[in-house]
Amino acid sequence: MTTFTRRRLLGLAALATATTLTLAACGGGDDDSSSGTSGTTVSDADVTAALQKGGNLTVWAWEPTLKQVVANFQKTYPNVKINLVNAGTGNDQYTALQNAFAAGSGIPDVAQIEYYALPQFALGKSITDLNQMGASSLKADFSPGPWASVQSGSGTFGLPMDSGPMAMFYNKDVFDKYKITVPTTWTEFLDAARKLHAADPKAYIANDTGDAGFVTSLIWQAGGKPYQVDGTNVTINLNDAGSQEFVKVWQALISEKLLAPISSWSDQWYQGLGNGSIATLNTGAWMPANFTSGAPAGSGKWRVAALPQWTAGGTASAENGGSSLAIPEKSSNKALAYGFLKYANDGDGVQTRVDNGAFPATVKQLDSAAFLNTEFKYFGGQKANEIFAASSKNVTPGWSYLPFQVYANSIFNDSVGKAYVSSTPLADGLKAWQDQSAAYGKEQGFTVK
Amino acid sequence: MADIAVPRRRSWTGWRFVGPFMAVFALVFLAPIVYSIYLSLFKNRLIGGNSFVGLDNYQQALTDPNFWSSVGRVSIFLVVQVPIMLFIALLVALAIDSGRLYGKSFFRISIFLPYAVPAVVATLMWGFIYGTQFGLVGNINDAFNITLPDPLSPSLILTSIGNIVTWEFVGYNMLIFYSALRTIPTTLYESAEIDGAGELRIIRSIKLPAIRGALVIATIFSIIGSFQLFNEPSILQNVAPNAITTYFTPNLYAYSLSFSGQQYNYSATVAIVMGVITMVIAYVVQLRGTKES
Repeated sequence: MTTFTRRRLLGLAALATATTLTLAACGGGDDDSSSGTSGTTVSDADVTAALQKGGNLTVWAWEPTLKQVVANFQKTYPNVKINLVNAGTGNDQYTALQNAFAAGSGIPDVAQIEYYALPQFALGKSITDLNQMGASSLKADFSPGPWASVQSGSGTFGLPMDSGPMAMFYNKDVFDKYKITVPTTWTEFLDAARKLHAADPKAYIANDTGDAGFVTSLIWQAGGKPYQVDGTNVTINLNDAGSQEFVKVWQALISEKLLAPISSWSDQWYQGLGNGSIATLNTGAWMPANFTSGAPAGSGKWRVAALPQWTAGGTASAENGGSSLAIPEKSSNKALAYGFLKYANDGDGVQTRVDNGAFPATVKQLDSAAFLNTEFKYFGGQKANEIFAASSKNVTPGWSYLPFQVYANSIFNDSVGKAYVSSTPLADGLKAWQDQSAAYGKEQGFTVK
Repeated sequence: MADIAVPRRRSWTGWRFVGPFMAVFALVFLAPIVYSIYLSLFKNRLIGGNSFVGLDNYQQALTDPNFWSSVGRVSIFLVVQVPIMLFIALLVALAIDSGRLYGKSFFRISIFLPYAVPAVVATLMWGFIYGTQFGLVGNINDAFNITLPDPLSPSLILTSIGNIVTWEFVGYNMLIFYSALRTIPTTLYESAEIDGAGELRIIRSIKLPAIRGALVIATIFSIIGSFQLFNEPSILQNVAPNAITTYFTPNLYAYSLSFSGQQYNYSATVAIVMGVITMVIAYVVQLRGTKES
């Protein structure tokens, strides 16, 4: 009898373990954010001393041009040894980072964090306020959009590494073939989409399966301010004027099936960019390097134009993507880490990265003649940087992301995604997204309106 | 009478034998469960930090429509996919066991082969096949100028996943049934033949009753497998982001909660509730499966 019950118990335990084992491995919920070292200040002299003294730094980043920067940095400061780790792109890296923070070990000294994710880490007090090290004096070096993106509350939580002022990349061959004029407004974009798809049912004006970053960027461009953040008070309104502008055009594109149902970054997507079945791509200025490596077949066919406008004759733009380097609160050598940040994002490292195809956030590079006159072979010799630089200056001010944007973006396809594959109206999808984001915010202790 | 007062010394010999096992068992099996239960009693917020909330998380889970929709989805999957898969596996096992199949070891190996393909690779492969733009489905559409229904649309995605899982696990279940069939003494078949029983009668009266245990085991494994569905939807999410929600299956929900939402506590709760549901259903099946014999 006893053996039977015991056996049954073992069975129960084994079953339960199967479901909980994986979870417990990534748990570790103890909150000890209070043990940070905020308050200590690091002077420029400390940073210089740290660079001379040397030491080891672990850097988590996926930006490909950083490799050369690290090599050059180690040549300049031979005592510093940098371990550059690619812990995944975007969300994968944040997951690894959040787990490291929760576990309290294995935390890197420097981490690449995209602008939209920065407020979440800043709020969780897991990254350092760089104003302690005098970062506020670097303000003039960066273009205003990216600089605003690294501010949270009264602190500066990262140094801008690159930026993503948006532009429209388009396949000129396709437009010429069907004699369609390149759109300058979103209304023209919709017309072009209809003409193109009617002329060739296999060709689409763009691909879209629902991308939170893209939708928020277009709302941003339209002048919408769906997220208002004041400390822990958050307002979400995805039905403001800007959002409505966006919905009007995009609902038509979706309902008339004018968007290719292909997810960005998939193999199908790269094929589509190369073979002309995807005719435009509205995205950040960091895209060219990806074109060259991912869709070599399209070389010479693509061109760059300003982002289509919501009002004819306008010049408004928005940012899409772009990232910063931040220093985790638990980094063991903050002075040295800050030395690297300055080198890579404000110093000699910037030119190295620009030479390798990155789009900078620093005024010096953005305004330099050499940068603006660069001819892109992929774009038929076009001086694309002129368009990007103009876009960078025309970014609509006043935008902010949610302090929990990483989570909000992760549930985008649950709610707004429905509009792309069923008869759910886009506006309803956005409302559902708003409600679910608000519910999460409330649960996390924010005051949400 | 003095020796009566001497207390009997407790013998530790037994513990010395089971001790190493118990230590590993406690560390590897019990500790994670206890830790999960501990986690499920707290709530860690971005604002306000960590606090003890008792059974609040459980209350939330029991009334969470996302959670129940995921449970409903895997239940449908269980009720439809598991019988189909086990029936095919049984059919193949009986065919191979009948001895009338030419090249039986070839069939045995080729049907088992999909099980040897890692689930991740298998799903990526099927993802390509299902693609309506540049995948096999797209090619068929082009070649015959037809429009097949999109296997990655929200209404068909569960069926498509069922197809992948069936493809993966028919061979595995076939092997369980086949090895059970091989243990039946051949004398039974001989006497059945002498009594004039046909092949169908032998299957019904000898083979099926003899492998009842294996059937029950395979069913229980499949139930657990269905409730833990994760790899296939998680990978297909990249190609069908709008068809597979973050709460498509309970495991995927628990994963999204902890990895995107950092809601480790609620995630642990969901995992525990799901573990209990799985246990209850598997236990009922086991009870029913063994009682009738």
